[in-house]
Amino acid sequence: MNPLEGTGPLGPLLPEHISEFVVGIVLFIIICLIVWKVIVPRFETMYAERTESIRGGIDRAEQAQAEAEAALAQYRQRLATADDEAAKIREAAKQAGAQIQADMRTQAEQDAARIVSSARVQVEAEKTAAIETLRKDVGTMATTLAGKILGESLDDDARVSRTVDSFISSLSEDSPQK
Amino acid sequence: MAYGPMGFSLLEGAAPTFGVSAFDSQPLFPSENWRLCNPASGEAPADCATTHPLAWTDIWITNHILMAVIGAILVIAFWLIVSHKPQVVPSKRQWAGEYVYNLLRNGVGREIIGENYHKYVPWLVALFSFIMINNLFGSFFLVMFPTFSVIGFAWGLALLSYLLYNYVGIRKHGFFRYVKNMIVPNDVPGPLLILIVPLEFLSNFIIRPITLGLRLFANLFAGHLLIMIFVVGGSWLLTYTEHNLVYNVAGALSLLISFGLFALELLVAYLQAYIFTVLTAQYVASAEAESH
Repeated sequence: MNPLEGTGPLGPLLPEHISEFVVGIVLFIIICLIVWKVIVPRFETMYAERTESIRGGIDRAEQAQAEAEAALAQYRQRLATADDEAAKIREAAKQAGAQIQADMRTQAEQDAARIVSSARVQVEAEKTAAIETLRKDVGTMATTLAGKILGESLDDDARVSRTVDSFISSLSEDSPQK
Repeated sequence: MAYGPMGFSLLEGAAPTFGVSAFDSQPLFPSENWRLCNPASGEAPADCATTHPLAWTDIWITNHILMAVIGAILVIAFWLIVSHKPQVVPSKRQWAGEYVYNLLRNGVGREIIGENYHKYVPWLVALFSFIMINNLFGSFFLVMFPTFSVIGFAWGLALLSYLLYNYVGIRKHGFFRYVKNMIVPNDVPGPLLILIVPLEFLSNFIIRPITLGLRLFANLFAGHLLIMIFVVGGSWLLTYTEHNLVYNVAGALSLLISFGLFALELLVAYLQAYIFTVLTAQYVASAEAESH
């Protein structure tokens, strides 16, 4: 038979035997059923597992990243708190120092004032005592001087002046006694 | 073609017999009926009326049927082997299977059918691999015959794809809405519908399945015919000693060209399997679409 002539009116376009047509359909249906029931589920299950494992890996990485970020934030917060505390302590120390300095200065000034005033009082008292003594002594000395002058020759100018000098020197010797 | 005990030599490659072409199917176990009715057997076809009880085997157990069965077994074996205990990290064997599977699942199914592609993946995988392996038989030395160059097989698959896309469309939209979707395009002014509707009907319900089957059949039929011309004719010329050297040179040349033709046939084998699958997916997508 010429393949281009075929067996029927349509030439080679009609099947030679109906068996080819039927067997082709049956075989395809068998293959399709096996692929449908066995092959596709196998691949799809594996794809799902693959997707799951990739997604699981990404999730774990994201979780780790979140944890690291939380730790970093916590650390930063603590650092900031510590800075604040240090600043406060420093401030407090500065204030305390200034307070202490001021207190000491006041104390010193008070002490100085007290010392000065007591010294002044003492000086005043001594001055008063000196004046009292001087006033008392001047009369005595004047009397003594007059006695001495009178005891000596009043004509002798040289003797007079000598007497005066000795008086004065005795005065000078007496005065440091106070 | 000589008939012998069942074996691969039966399928193709035996010495040509006049009056019998490689495209004729041959029974593997010819009955008495066949011997009487086959014109090539030399008996008078007039005695053909006798019906032998085993006459059905002449039609149902033939070389082409055997090829298709072997092809189906190979396809099933291939998929069972490559998908055996699949791992998340694939082996080479599994990767090969996944490559083909993804080509059909993602490259054809998801790309063309869209979101509902999952339920059609088995169909597409079975279709592509069954056609592909039978086409490769055309270039495989033990068989040397593409099963789908026998038109019965091609019509069978075309009919199945035709039933599939019509079933999908009718189930989704109902019969009348589906037919309306398929034959009345949107945004066409009234008078043009007189022209468009018959054309669309012809195109979607009659031309589609016919071209689907014919394209597959004709490509492989013509390809096998070409190869036979170049190989059988070439070897005949190469060994022809009667006249002069020109015949032998031409024979050698045509054998050399046949290598290129075999390469082309490998391409055609893949291409036709792919086109058949893609078009089926395309028809399913158009049947599922809300409007056409």
